[in-house]
Amino acid sequence: MSGPSTKIYVFKVFERFWHWSQAALIIFLLMTGFEIHGAYENFGFKDAVHHHIVAAWTLVGLWVFAIFWHLTTGEWKQYIPTLKKVDAMIKFYLTGIFTNAPHPFRATRLKKHNPLQRLAYLGVMLFIGPLIWFSGWFYIFYGNWKDWGWDKYLSLEWVAFFHTMAAFMMLVFLIAHLYLTTAGHTPTSHIKAMITGWEEVDAEEPTEAKQG
Amino acid sequence: MKKFSQLMAVLTVACAFALPAARANNAPAVEKKAQPSSVEQQAARTTADHSKFKELQKDFKDGPEVTRACLSCHTEAGKQVMKTKHWTWEWRNPENNQLLGKKHVINNFCTATASNEAFCSACHIGYGMRDKNFDFTNQENIDCLACHDTTGDYKKLPGLAGHPAYKQMEFPPKSGKLVPAVDLQEVAQSVGATSRATCGACHFLGGGGDAVKHGDLDTSMRNPKRYLDVHMDVNGLNFSCGTCHATKGHNIPGSRYTPTGRDDVAQHIRGKVDTSNPTTCQSCHGLKPHKEDSILTTKLNEHTDKLACQTCHIPQYARGGKPTKMVWDWSTAGKLKDGKPFKIMDSAGHEAYSTIKGNFVYESDVVPEYQWINGKVKYTLLGDPVNTNGVTEINHYYGSAEDGLSRIWPVKVFRGKQPYDLETKSLLVPHTAVGYGEKDDTAFWQNFKWDAALKAGAEASGQPFGGKFDFVATTMTWPITHMVAPKEDALTCTQCHSKSGRLQGVKGIYMPGRDANQWLDLIGWLATLGTLIGVIGHGALRIYMARKAG
Repeated sequence: MSGPSTKIYVFKVFERFWHWSQAALIIFLLMTGFEIHGAYENFGFKDAVHHHIVAAWTLVGLWVFAIFWHLTTGEWKQYIPTLKKVDAMIKFYLTGIFTNAPHPFRATRLKKHNPLQRLAYLGVMLFIGPLIWFSGWFYIFYGNWKDWGWDKYLSLEWVAFFHTMAAFMMLVFLIAHLYLTTAGHTPTSHIKAMITGWEEVDAEEPTEAKQG
Repeated sequence: MKKFSQLMAVLTVACAFALPAARANNAPAVEKKAQPSSVEQQAARTTADHSKFKELQKDFKDGPEVTRACLSCHTEAGKQVMKTKHWTWEWRNPENNQLLGKKHVINNFCTATASNEAFCSACHIGYGMRDKNFDFTNQENIDCLACHDTTGDYKKLPGLAGHPAYKQMEFPPKSGKLVPAVDLQEVAQSVGATSRATCGACHFLGGGGDAVKHGDLDTSMRNPKRYLDVHMDVNGLNFSCGTCHATKGHNIPGSRYTPTGRDDVAQHIRGKVDTSNPTTCQSCHGLKPHKEDSILTTKLNEHTDKLACQTCHIPQYARGGKPTKMVWDWSTAGKLKDGKPFKIMDSAGHEAYSTIKGNFVYESDVVPEYQWINGKVKYTLLGDPVNTNGVTEINHYYGSAEDGLSRIWPVKVFRGKQPYDLETKSLLVPHTAVGYGEKDDTAFWQNFKWDAALKAGAEASGQPFGGKFDFVATTMTWPITHMVAPKEDALTCTQCHSKSGRLQGVKGIYMPGRDANQWLDLIGWLATLGTLIGVIGHGALRIYMARKAG
């Protein structure tokens, strides 16, 4: 998969900070969350609850910065969904990737995500994210339900249901995401890009170059 | 790369601030000075020295004579006492009109007082209750000393119809043990406020012995250490019973007949008229008992909408080294060995069988059972049908997650087997005990014959009895509220928030760690596993194809 290559600067400093701190927090939240859920034991219920709440609020804070950054830099446009070439991407992952076929998408500074990525990340941010945030907030503010009159409309059982559902979705996303980081120019070129900002891409620049 | 490492450093610092380390509370507890007991406090406040009263400078021949002396100054005390359950042994529950009190309820310990008064009245605050003809209107029958003795020498003996020993006597009969005559003058001149010892003289020994009945009240509570009861700790707060059972005019608040399942009134304030129960935890600690200094203590306070304080703060009962009786099977009573009654002891030296009472099970450090309690209670009284196909609840505590009036409480469930009438399906009262030195062919504890004992008991309690009887399984529920442990010994989260935790059987709540939607979990884990298998397969195929091509 690795032919002659060149490097382009794809991920800016804030983006990389955002990505890695978010990754750490999400993995930590999955660990503590599934412990609270009773799936396994590590910290113990008490500490798991404590760490989960602290990590959750930290992630909320991070998102406030991220949203601000995306809006002010115009980077939000990176997530505008497109169906163009989605079929080509799916075809590539199902067949082309095994035969060293050229990648149907080539990252640039202006278009850093392939169409499947756009859809996946948008789904994470517009569906899984809000589902997990809102169910999580309802969960955190359980003690105030009565004062605020919410106890008439909410049940902890259903709040927990949606929160757990979103957690499973995030877990599935995480596994797929981790794997697809190896689908770049070389198995580590995506990860390197996320660390240094510089992505190694195919040198030849025909209409279609490989990148993932 | 340099930029990145700077960033990670910033992130690490940010996380360090965002994740306040769990506060290590290792500071040694400040050594508290021993506080005077509330009895001593009372003595320090009192303006009278009873030993100087000329009314008490005499040789009292019996209890009623002391009472006459008391009433000559305490002119209203008799009237007050006569209104109380402690005196009347009778109380009508206004909620369901049931007539309760020792005179009427039947339990699954010694069962009932009818026909056994001469014995049982060792725990009546009166003199002379020998049978149902006791005069409840005579103030001189009130036993002031039972509650106001401070010497510890005043003891009412079973069989003396509520009297103490006025002369030296062998007790129990034929035991060879001698009980000295009580010095009534000394006792009368030393009267004071009630204490753990005076209340405990009956309430620690209920059910026929130390620790038998309640599970959270026994003689270890006379002088408990901090571990056993954080409020009554003799070296600490040193509460007496009356500190919480704040009594006005002899009317003692706090009763299992009308428990407060859910107190939402919060702290009582001086000067404000509070008609709510002063014995609840909330009446001092309020509705947010934990100091909110972290996420977790705030979370703990959120538990007060569902949990009674006792649920976490009394992790076990019978914690003072005195085992409490958990099971009493009357159906095996009456066996004789060589024509004589006998006892079998368990490995810890406690009665496992006794001819006069049947089979027992004792336990220490018992983990309570848990249930919703809203304060409404219904008793199975004489004449009420028993459940012959299962277990009859002697008392049923109502409550649920939905009624908004309940909290989850720890309870002792006492299990027994006791006689009932096969025709009327009513529980029966056995005539067991007699007065000191008396002979009675119908008393079970003398002749071990059920027919005669049940017939005599039925007559005394005014019940019909056809002569045919059997034994029925019964339970009696005792909310656990004493023996409050120090906070270090309270339950930990995982003791309930886990798959097989303490609140496993409690319905109507969703508890993280205990509950989960089985379908969601199944689908969620299948999806996770499927994705994992998918990416591993995909990756393996890539490696294989690359090698093949390479």
